[in-house]
Amino acid sequence: MSTAISEPLTFECETGNYHTFCPISCVAWLYQKIEDSFFLVVGTKTCGYFLQNALGVMIFAEPRYAMAELEEGDISAQLNDYKELKRLCLQIKQDRNPSVIVWIGTCTTEIIKMDLEGMAPRLESEIGIPIVVARANGLDYAFTQGEDTVLAAMAHRCPTKQLPASNDDDQVNRHSLLQTIFKLGPNKPASSSKRATVDHPPLVLFGSLPSSVATQLSLELKKQGITVSGWLPAQRYTDLPVLNEGVYVCGVNPFLSRTATTLMRRRKCKLIGAPFPIGADGTRAWVEKICSVLGVVPQGLEEREGLIWKGLEEYLALVRGKSVFFMGDNLLEVSLARFLIRCGMIVYEIGIPYMDRRFQAAELALLERTCHEMDVPIPRIVEKPDNYHQVQRIRELQPDLAITGMAHANPLEARGISTKWSVEFTFAQIHGFTNSRDILELVTRPLRRNQSLQGLGWTSLVKSNL
Amino acid sequence: MQQEINMKLAYWMYAGPAHIGTLRVASSFKNVHAIMHAPLGDDYFNVMRSMLERERDFTPVTASIVDRHVLARGSQEKVVENILRKDKEERPDLIILTPTCTSSILQEDLQNFVDRAAMESESDVVLADVNHYRVNELQAADRTLEQVVRFYLERERRRESFHVTRTEQPSANIIGIFTLGFHNQHDCRELKRLLNDLGITINEVIPEGGSVTNLKKLPQAWFNLVPYREVGLMTATYLEKEFGMPFVNITPMGLVDTAAFIREVGAIVQAERRKQDLPVGVGEEENGWIEKYIDQQTRFVSQAAWFSRSIDCQNLTGKKAVVFGDGTHAASITKILAREMGIHISCAGTYCKQDADWFREQVDGLCDEILITDDHTQVGDMIARIEPAAIFGTQMERHIGKRLDIPCGVISAPVHIQNFPLGYRPFLGYEGTNQIADLIYNSFTLGMEDHLLEIFGGHDTKEVITKSLSTDARFTWAADGVKELSKIPGFVRGKVKRNTEKFARENQITQITVEVMYAAKEAAGG
Repeated sequence: MSTAISEPLTFECETGNYHTFCPISCVAWLYQKIEDSFFLVVGTKTCGYFLQNALGVMIFAEPRYAMAELEEGDISAQLNDYKELKRLCLQIKQDRNPSVIVWIGTCTTEIIKMDLEGMAPRLESEIGIPIVVARANGLDYAFTQGEDTVLAAMAHRCPTKQLPASNDDDQVNRHSLLQTIFKLGPNKPASSSKRATVDHPPLVLFGSLPSSVATQLSLELKKQGITVSGWLPAQRYTDLPVLNEGVYVCGVNPFLSRTATTLMRRRKCKLIGAPFPIGADGTRAWVEKICSVLGVVPQGLEEREGLIWKGLEEYLALVRGKSVFFMGDNLLEVSLARFLIRCGMIVYEIGIPYMDRRFQAAELALLERTCHEMDVPIPRIVEKPDNYHQVQRIRELQPDLAITGMAHANPLEARGISTKWSVEFTFAQIHGFTNSRDILELVTRPLRRNQSLQGLGWTSLVKSNL
Repeated sequence: MQQEINMKLAYWMYAGPAHIGTLRVASSFKNVHAIMHAPLGDDYFNVMRSMLERERDFTPVTASIVDRHVLARGSQEKVVENILRKDKEERPDLIILTPTCTSSILQEDLQNFVDRAAMESESDVVLADVNHYRVNELQAADRTLEQVVRFYLERERRRESFHVTRTEQPSANIIGIFTLGFHNQHDCRELKRLLNDLGITINEVIPEGGSVTNLKKLPQAWFNLVPYREVGLMTATYLEKEFGMPFVNITPMGLVDTAAFIREVGAIVQAERRKQDLPVGVGEEENGWIEKYIDQQTRFVSQAAWFSRSIDCQNLTGKKAVVFGDGTHAASITKILAREMGIHISCAGTYCKQDADWFREQVDGLCDEILITDDHTQVGDMIARIEPAAIFGTQMERHIGKRLDIPCGVISAPVHIQNFPLGYRPFLGYEGTNQIADLIYNSFTLGMEDHLLEIFGGHDTKEVITKSLSTDARFTWAADGVKELSKIPGFVRGKVKRNTEKFARENQITQITVEVMYAAKEAAGG
């Protein structure tokens, strides 16, 4: 085992026969994130059925998304796509009056070569609502990459110049005024590490996070005197951040490589390539990297990270020395594996749908470093994995935990392999120092469940051990 | 001028796409593997089966992925390779190549792939013959089941050795029990029990748990049972035409229809005996025995008949209800409510548009109006207009009911995980009548209770005085803190507030800002 330690990262590629969510699933969290949006998925019954079942209960909450369901007439081009889409978009405008309609192109629109990008600008000017087109289809992308296609498309819509003094500025001023007053007051706020704001070029963060997590990350940077000028996406479409040549951008999720490329090439922004703020180690590395690029010496970060780790001790005791196998389906795998190795776990395999080695360079370097520092072998990274082969490997390795999709979770559990459903990492709050605990809460759940069921002797619940 | 409007705005569908029906049939059989010709992410069926049915085994469905590469060059060897690979890995009896909406438009010659793979493969290989844009999940399931049965029986027929001999004792095949079906497993058990009572043995149950190698035995049964309208009729019709097997397609749901079902079964058995010149079996020499059985079961084994007479049920008389679901369940429940419980059905409806005429015929005279639609907004509007005292529908109607404050009993797919109970909950047969009576009664009482509570202002005053220790006024919440607190979901907000204030007290902080909140979270551990 120790021989592997000095080996560099290696990447394998299998058949791509793996289970993951269709990228159109990104509408589930994006319509909630962008409050004034409406997502129109242009696809077939198959797409609709997936959304309906995958999003379960959300469907009943009158979501701001719908299917433009293509039928045989649409496919054989007997109908005028433009007229059809116009009719639906007018209906959406009338019913919901959104600030933006996002068209999600699917496999079907790709195959029949429906020219969504061509139709959108015409329709946009006709109905007076911006139409953003994202091709989040299963021919090209996996699961979370759907968000990447939407954000890349939205990056084009960000303004280049700050609008002349708006109410927002007033609010900001009033807010800082209030803060000054509070500082003068007798009661010191909790975080004593507050610094004066540093003068630095504008910084825009990209990646869709629940607003409370976005607030936490912004605050983390504020502690270093760094101001976040905006987020892509913002809470509202009408609040998209200003992007122009001098702006620095930094990603918060590992699956945003197209968005990063678009920001660099099309909007001339400068990309800060950092590990992702997932886990206490990742968050610290992320803040440090931003600080170093913006010329700020980070303060108190080491202590902060130390405190977080101390607070996690009860979980760490559970995971130390345990082994993990990532089957791979959401592109968060490298960051999560890196964090878990730092927690003392051994990772056998990191399956991942797609590996952008440039966008994830800093994360991969941190993974490598973490493996060295924790003195564990570097896990194999398997791109486009083959689930069938992976199951064979899981049987052989008998990991303490397999992080996998729902399709495999119950069958593996029935064979005595503990599993954690990978999609939960996409929907849980896992970013920043504060949420390191939530990651471990998820990871240890099967381990804790095992503890409470221990001694019952029912680990294998299938008749033959096939 | 009126051009047919095709593109539809929708976010809910009652019946799924065709391939789901094929996959449900394929994965119900033992040792049958389905390979979908589909893009990444279309294998969501595996998640549904694994989660809803809580299946212990890997779902025998894989995808032959259609990606950008395939789009440019065609699948070429890929599909054939995937079939042959699966053949070696799992040695299934049968591999069903399943087209999806994507492959339908690609128009690749999948039959050619199947023919080529079949030559090398040990497994049998067939292409599911379903058109994605013409049929839905249920129609496709019906079609695929018939296709598989036909495939094996026709092959058997070509063999000289194939002779059909009927079983000595009366026996039946049960056709149409399958995975992800609404309470199908429980129904199957109940049917077996009922047939056992009638002295009839079970020959084969298909597709659930059936083996394709046993399909050649299907014609040995005296007759076929098709408990559900949606899936199995095509197979039964084929077997009738080719092997002269009669079938019963009365759904034994509710007391009246269960009795009708039993009488029909009795008549068929007698007719078969006559046809085969067999002596009349013990105990079935006359209809009297069957009638006695029905009477006993109805009056004393099932509680439903007594329940209808009881005071409880009297209170339901004339109450308005709406029924919506698949053809089988919506029709049967309508009949039970109207005929067996005296409830007033304002509207009965189904999303099985393909079978609208049959449905109309079934509920004719039992309801004020009939609604045939697969558009959930129409159903919602109808319910809002009628304002029934209870709804009996699918999960969609349950949610419509929630919004309108009308109780709903779920009687039909599409369903959620709670409709796959572990306990014994048949809808068919005599035990089924008990289950249905409970379901109906519970829906209505809840509604009544709710109504009374509304009138008298509820059990409790709604403003609950907080039991937390942290209500002392030494704290002020800053505006950003309050705003942040409001973003936290209601059910944990109280806990977060208490923990934050506790933290603030311990640290002598009086002004609670958003920073304090997160510092508290870190200290307290969520």
